[in-house]
Amino acid sequence: MSDTDTLYMVLTVPVGEIIAKYPVCQNFFTNLRIENIERGLPLHQALEKTDPETLSEFGLDRHAIQREFCDFLNVFVGRSDAAGPEIAGITIIGGHGKAGEPENCRVTINRGETISIVGPTGSGKSRLLADIECLANCDTPTGRQILLDGQNLDDERRIELQGRLVAQLSQNMNFVIDLTVDDFLRMHAGSRHSINIDETVERCFVCANSLAGEAFSLDTRLTQLSGGQSRALMIADTAFMSTSPIVLIDEIENAGIDRRQAIELLASRDKIVFISTHDPLLALGADRRLIIKNGGISGIITTSEEEKSCLTEIERLDARLFQIRKKLRNGEIISRNALG
Amino acid sequence: MQLITVAGPPSSGKTSVILKLIEAMQIAASDVGVVKFDCLTSFDHLRYEERGIRVETGFSGKLCPDHFFVSNIEAAVEWGQSAGFKYLITESAGLCNRCSPYIHGIMAICVIDNLAGINTPRKIGPMLKMADIVVVTKGDIVSQAEREVFAFNIRQVNTAARVIFVNGINGQGATILASHAAKARNIQTLRDLKLRFTTPAAVCSYCTGEIRIGNEYQMGTMKRMEFKKP
Ligand SMILES: Nc1nc2c(ncn2[C@@H]2O[C@H](COP(=O)(O)OP(=O)(O)OP(=O)(O)O)[C@@H](O)[C@H]2O)c(=O)[nH]1
Ligand SMILES: Nc1ncnc2c1ncn2[C@@H]1O[C@H](COP(=O)(O)OP(=O)(O)OP(=O)(O)O)[C@@H](O)[C@H]1O
Ligand SMILES: [Mg+2]
Ligand SMILES: [Mg+2]
Ligand SMILES: [Zn+2]
Ligand SMILES: [Zn+2]
Repeated sequence: MSDTDTLYMVLTVPVGEIIAKYPVCQNFFTNLRIENIERGLPLHQALEKTDPETLSEFGLDRHAIQREFCDFLNVFVGRSDAAGPEIAGITIIGGHGKAGEPENCRVTINRGETISIVGPTGSGKSRLLADIECLANCDTPTGRQILLDGQNLDDERRIELQGRLVAQLSQNMNFVIDLTVDDFLRMHAGSRHSINIDETVERCFVCANSLAGEAFSLDTRLTQLSGGQSRALMIADTAFMSTSPIVLIDEIENAGIDRRQAIELLASRDKIVFISTHDPLLALGADRRLIIKNGGISGIITTSEEEKSCLTEIERLDARLFQIRKKLRNGEIISRNALG
Repeated sequence: MQLITVAGPPSSGKTSVILKLIEAMQIAASDVGVVKFDCLTSFDHLRYEERGIRVETGFSGKLCPDHFFVSNIEAAVEWGQSAGFKYLITESAGLCNRCSPYIHGIMAICVIDNLAGINTPRKIGPMLKMADIVVVTKGDIVSQAEREVFAFNIRQVNTAARVIFVNGINGQGATILASHAAKARNIQTLRDLKLRFTTPAAVCSYCTGEIRIGNEYQMGTMKRMEFKKP
């Protein structure tokens, strides 16, 4: 929709019809406390029936509101990039390690690939994720440079991409809003007018439940979800609703969710996934892994067929550990047998 | 001297963001001054001074902090000029959601945090609506989904602003903010520039010191709530 089309629509189409077509517009009126605006009339006529006192409290008159409504429509309805930025690959060009030694490395990761980041505590795994998040341009402590689709980005493009390119998930993140799972998922889906709300909420919910160890319902409040359930919901939400093509995950191992399935889910949505981890399952579940030492990337290993075949065995070990943990939680006694 | 005005709800991260911004702008501490406008008390000066940044603090006391801002901003600029700063940054705690301390033509940054509640952007009013840049902090502790809805709610209220995510603790995002801040207008004086938003016209008897409750004590501009019949 061009700016003139928008203006024409606002001038001629009754408010109610515009809201019916683009439900997000209801918010525009709610925010100005004129949610009960006469719906049968086009905006400027409808505004004649609203209390000018209310409008003036917002520092607006009818003309200003009409102008702002057009801007609102242009941003939320006319925008074609609601699908998020498209990128095919991201390249990391090495800078230097903690002691200033050069980090000789240039690695490109493509859409749909998952990369794990491993290394001792304090080696710089989270730092690498931060460099990706801010699209480092030799301006971070590591001197690294990040390219998108092989291109160096100018400032303007980096600014434009900030907050849209990357979705982040870490141990420290929690839900703070007090809504039910259903209300929240609907709210998030509602902020993306391009998707089918009912269908997306349903898929997200089903998927989150299959990742979480213990089931929760759509009526559960977000703030009552366990750590694992929250993490599972965050992953499903990122997979189905976030438009960001890159997902950065910093240590989700303690969450008690089906980690392998979680990563597969994200990768299947054609995202590039980076996971900083100490967990063998996540490390080997990725297509490749970056080894970090003293602040620099010291190696890149492609997960071999042999390693992949070990995954099943590691999963079995992991499941056994999980059983032991569960028994302890339930107040049971651990026997030699349980260790198998 | 380039002037930047920063406002935002209490504890949203204004001081943290300003400190990270100054770091990212790579300017000497002696080239920047800060004026903090607050209501009753503030400890921010300690944090600025710790970095060797010169700071003046003003307390609005009985006045609306934004009214107080307007009546003192010109003198603040004169202080900055005579101190020879390259940048002057004002920090105001926006307590009054009805006002906004922004001036036409002067870079206006609103700092708001992810913990404030998802609908807060829709309630804040001109302080958010009239800003050129909206900085969102504390993204490190809430879910990606909440960050996205929060940003969406900000854009609903202010379609024109740049929304920039800054972590007030580790400074992530501050370089992007700095590249905007570098474009702040160079000024000699603020004389004859205008506020972006009228401060409330109302002066009622309580504004002028009345403390008794009751109709007969109420004068000037009053606004009455309407209660539904039970
Ligand atoms: N986790 C987290 N905490 C933050 C962030 N930004 C600021 N904080 C914390 O939030 C608290 C308030 O930050 P301040 O910078 O003092 O906020 P302010 O807006 O200047 O506060 P007043 O001037 O008192 O209104 C401090 O404890 C900061 O460390 C952030 O991005 N993430
Ligand atoms: N190349 C580098 N140059 C300078 N500083 C670095 C470099 N790489 C990492 N650092 C710094 O080292 C510190 C530890 O790094 P980081 O937090 O990324 O470790 P980590 O591998 O994530 O550790 P953990 O496993 O405990 O989470 C950080 O302060 C980080 O900024
Ligand atoms: Mg880490
Ligand atoms: Mg402060
Ligand atoms: Zn006020
Ligand atoms: Zn009064």
